[in-house]
Amino acid sequence: MKRTKYSAFVRWLSMASAVLLSGCKAGVLDPKGPIGHDERTLIITAVLLMLVVVIPVIVMTIAFAWKYRASNKKAEYRPNWSHSNKIEVVVWTVPCIIILILGTITWKTTHSLDPFKPLETADNQKPITIEVVALDWKWLFIYPEQHIATVNQVTFPENVPVRFKVTSDTVMNSFFIPQLGSQIYAMAGMQTEVNLLAHETGTFDGMSAHFSGDGFAHMNFKAIATSQSQFNEWVNKVKQAQDPLDQASYDALAKPSEQNPVAYYSSVKPDLFKSIVASYMNSNSDTASVEMQSDSGVTDVR
Amino acid sequence: MSTDVLDNAHAHEHAHHDASSTRVFGFWIYIMSDCILFAALFATYAVLGHNYAGGPTGKEIFELDGVLIETFCLLFSSITYGFAMVAMNKGQRQLVILWLAITFILGASFVGLELKEFSHLIAEGHSWQQSAFLSSFFALVSTHGLHVSCGLIWMVFMMLHVYRHGLTELNQARLMCLSLFWHFLDIIWIFVFTFVYLLGVLNG
Amino acid sequence: MLGKLTLADIPYDNPIVMGAVGFMVLTGLIIFALITYYGKWTYLWKNWLTSVDHKKIGVMYFVVALVMLLRGFSDAILMRSQQAVALGADQGYLPPEHYDQIFTAHGVIMIFFVAMPFVIGLINIVVPLQIGARDVAFPYLNSVSFWLFVVGVILVNLSLAIGDFAKTGWLAYPPLSEMQYSPDVGVDYYIWSLQISGIGTLLTGINFFATIIKMRAPGMTLMKMPIFSWTALCTNVLIIGAFPVLTVTLALLTLDRYLGMHFFTNALGGDMMMYINLIWIWGHPEVYILVLPVFGVFSEVVATYSKKPLFGYTSMVYATIAITVLSFVVWLHHFFTMGSGANVNAFFGIMTMIIAIPTGVKIFNWLFTMYGGRVEFSTPLLWTLGFMITFSIGGMTGVLLAVPGADFVLHNSLFLIAHFHNVIIGGVVFGSMAGYAYWFPKAFGFTLNERWGKYSFWCWLVGFYLAFMPLYYLGFLGMTRRLDHYDNPAFQPWLILAAFGALIILMGIIFTIVQLVVSIRDRHENQDVTGDPWGGRTLEWSTSSPPPFYNFAEIPVISELDTFHAMKEKGDYPHEPKQYKEIHMPRNTGVGVFVGLFSFIFGFAMTWYIWWMAIAGALGILGCMIWRSFDKDVDYYVPVEEIERIEGEWLEKVHNYQEKNGKTSTDSTTTQTAYVN
Repeated sequence: MKRTKYSAFVRWLSMASAVLLSGCKAGVLDPKGPIGHDERTLIITAVLLMLVVVIPVIVMTIAFAWKYRASNKKAEYRPNWSHSNKIEVVVWTVPCIIILILGTITWKTTHSLDPFKPLETADNQKPITIEVVALDWKWLFIYPEQHIATVNQVTFPENVPVRFKVTSDTVMNSFFIPQLGSQIYAMAGMQTEVNLLAHETGTFDGMSAHFSGDGFAHMNFKAIATSQSQFNEWVNKVKQAQDPLDQASYDALAKPSEQNPVAYYSSVKPDLFKSIVASYMNSNSDTASVEMQSDSGVTDVR
Repeated sequence: MSTDVLDNAHAHEHAHHDASSTRVFGFWIYIMSDCILFAALFATYAVLGHNYAGGPTGKEIFELDGVLIETFCLLFSSITYGFAMVAMNKGQRQLVILWLAITFILGASFVGLELKEFSHLIAEGHSWQQSAFLSSFFALVSTHGLHVSCGLIWMVFMMLHVYRHGLTELNQARLMCLSLFWHFLDIIWIFVFTFVYLLGVLNG
Repeated sequence: MLGKLTLADIPYDNPIVMGAVGFMVLTGLIIFALITYYGKWTYLWKNWLTSVDHKKIGVMYFVVALVMLLRGFSDAILMRSQQAVALGADQGYLPPEHYDQIFTAHGVIMIFFVAMPFVIGLINIVVPLQIGARDVAFPYLNSVSFWLFVVGVILVNLSLAIGDFAKTGWLAYPPLSEMQYSPDVGVDYYIWSLQISGIGTLLTGINFFATIIKMRAPGMTLMKMPIFSWTALCTNVLIIGAFPVLTVTLALLTLDRYLGMHFFTNALGGDMMMYINLIWIWGHPEVYILVLPVFGVFSEVVATYSKKPLFGYTSMVYATIAITVLSFVVWLHHFFTMGSGANVNAFFGIMTMIIAIPTGVKIFNWLFTMYGGRVEFSTPLLWTLGFMITFSIGGMTGVLLAVPGADFVLHNSLFLIAHFHNVIIGGVVFGSMAGYAYWFPKAFGFTLNERWGKYSFWCWLVGFYLAFMPLYYLGFLGMTRRLDHYDNPAFQPWLILAAFGALIILMGIIFTIVQLVVSIRDRHENQDVTGDPWGGRTLEWSTSSPPPFYNFAEIPVISELDTFHAMKEKGDYPHEPKQYKEIHMPRNTGVGVFVGLFSFIFGFAMTWYIWWMAIAGALGILGCMIWRSFDKDVDYYVPVEEIERIEGEWLEKVHNYQEKNGKTSTDSTTTQTAYVN
């Protein structure tokens, strides 16, 4: 009961703040999926909790300084007062309590929002897997189940969990669709993962959030959530595209280029993603399995 | 008046004594920071030491015989440096120089053997460019070797200082510092020997 | 013969760069000409450049920091103006390869060559005076540290004129900083400037740690040590613990680039995650290296101008120690998005939040120091109030970023940029400015102009909020950092506002310069005769302003925390020893300058692959060290007559002053600072 009241309050507050913040269209305060939604709630909750201390501090700073200004001879002057057990207890306890609450929230949300955690929907939708490769300076999306690939545009059905497997065939980048939630680094020779879901259809901005060189500013893409039937149509349309993505066309694509237009590939060389990750792998490594999960959660193929 | 002079003389001595103890203390702190430097290198080796990248493993390239001789050179050099310190405390200038010279020879042999090992590895095609394992191996071991070489240069000039000015308070403090440095490198080497060579050969 | 260096490496064709270079060269020539015209070279060399006096070295750090602040701030203006216009079809006036160098240089300069020297400069000037020492433990080493730092400064600035600077961001993450992706000399300039100045910083850390531990005045136990010295001690512990890791990290990157090793490369087993871990194991403590001493500054300032002892001294000390220890176990919060498991992320997130507890305690303690006091709104106190409000906000956004779930959407965004500027400007810059105004009379013997100081403060404060609050909001809008161009029109109004804020900060900087000029002009009216212009509580105020080169004619014996305040209460001020004794002092030496010169030759040669010159530089450094070890004329005794003369002049001035202004100096300070209100 309390929880629902609170979440209603947070919803109201986030709406209020959204209006306040110029009706913030797009961005992390206007989420379109459960992950982004939870993250917004988390941000607002944490800020409110901390304001419990921060606002009194700011008020006290101004009030104390003003009240005890040197010209105010009416205020009590205690030139040797420098210790009070009562105050000490309060100033240590209050931050401790707040951090205790915030720490608990942190522990819970870090686990519930773990990018690697598969998403579950009420109707047990089977997730769709999309493989993401960061290149200089564009994004390649491979659909292993649909056997198609795209550049700088990723389309997926709404209300279906999307499992993005992310790697890089160049320097480090960060794969980020602000309105859907969490970002994750794209690193060569490694596979990271982020599970996202869109509640509604729409076109969302996607980008590299980590600086990667000259073409970085234009390393953007569109994430498009459609209905399931539109998605199927779209897949068929891509399959009609002119070029397949074989090794030769991939190698050409992987060369540095800026402001690439959206491109579709009718088919993809099998296991291209694995071979990109494995190209940084050593022939004689002691951990040879691509699927092996290291402690850190990052799949490190070495 | 005479007490004044005495007072001042006493004060001077006091100042020098303080300076020596501060110098050795400062050097201790430097050693601590050097310890962290090596810790970072060991950590790097621990992380990258198994990334063979198709190249050889430690088991395939380490030759313990040579390394063992190196180890003994360094261990004995620590003992001989200890004798130099004993001689210093007794005020025997010639003996200090003699023991320093012996220590120098042992230390130089260590560096020489290490260089021989390196050139052997490179000749076999296992240079630092072959894999992350070899990069971290060369970086760690040669950082230690570089420290030893610096110690050797220091030692040469220390002998010169003792020869020219005798066992002054300043030179004693310097010998103290070099002693700390030298034993410290010995300890680091024991870690290198254990973690890099012994475990490398045992675990492959 | 000259490695990679050719005439083509000088960017003649770039008007912006050439303009900046031209300006720098012109300024250099004017200064050179002025010094020559007034025949001040000998004075400069003998009294400043070769000085081993901690006060002079501290002043030189501050001068370099102020100059570099102008350079770093020019970069900021360039970035702000580029982002204000570069929307859609408009590409702005800076191409990416130039813009990328600017934000890298801005970060490197502001952290290493502005914030660090401000803090180290303050530590240099104040700590030995506060602990009742005559100099630092290793005065010659202190000079070497300074000159190594200067080498870093010169290398960074030289990259503007010859070649490029790094285009990688201020921490040069590989693989972008590897040879494969950054083949030009930019990253090499980066490596050598940071490596050389970093070694200087490490030596400073060792030096001051030994100074504080071994050279405190008799009776000054650690718990009777002034709080600024405590924070300096903790900062030096952090330097000793963290800087070796920076040395290693940069060295490994160097080995990758120069010898083809594979520490952080994509290929052959390299692991860039190792670099990111290592650089932040240094990088996070670095933040506290900067901020702890300014916490100390605020503590001193708030106590002095509240005319009260610091509230909760013991708490304050333990809070500082807690922050010191905790700062080593939070580094992973800089990369929650690298895919560490939830347990690891949660652990580092919570550890980070725990730091907020001792920090919060500090803020409360400053509040209660004002409580029941007589608060004088002088410039340093204004900076302190500005800090307490601003830093609370910055701390809040910092804790927010420490929550991994929130960081997943805020990481790498302008929200992050706003956060760290919030704590670095609101904390380190405000603190340095407070310390500058507070201790300026101690260093130079006259106070700074209050009116211009206040103008500067208000500009900084207002400018800061205008420049960075929009950035918080842009972070929520999903704008990432380091963009030379964007397509979202919603960003632009906020970026224009931020650029406007930057201009107001610029006014603040200009007012600081005006303040300095005006204060020098009016130095005779603003003279600090007594050595205690603010009614200070700690030992540095018990000696003359500026202090004699030996600081204290007689080392005081300490029995209380606020020693000088107690001395004044007892009427033991100005203190007149019964009998002077000769004082042992180190001699000035030019060796530090030469070590710096050869280090510069070495660093420049390594950057450009000029091997013979690098060897010459290295041999030069070694030669200097050996030469110094044979130099027996390194110290001397100041004769009693000279001390009597110097002390006599000062005592006479103080007595005259006291006769004119009433007996005790506490009274006199009230009258002297009355105009402040």
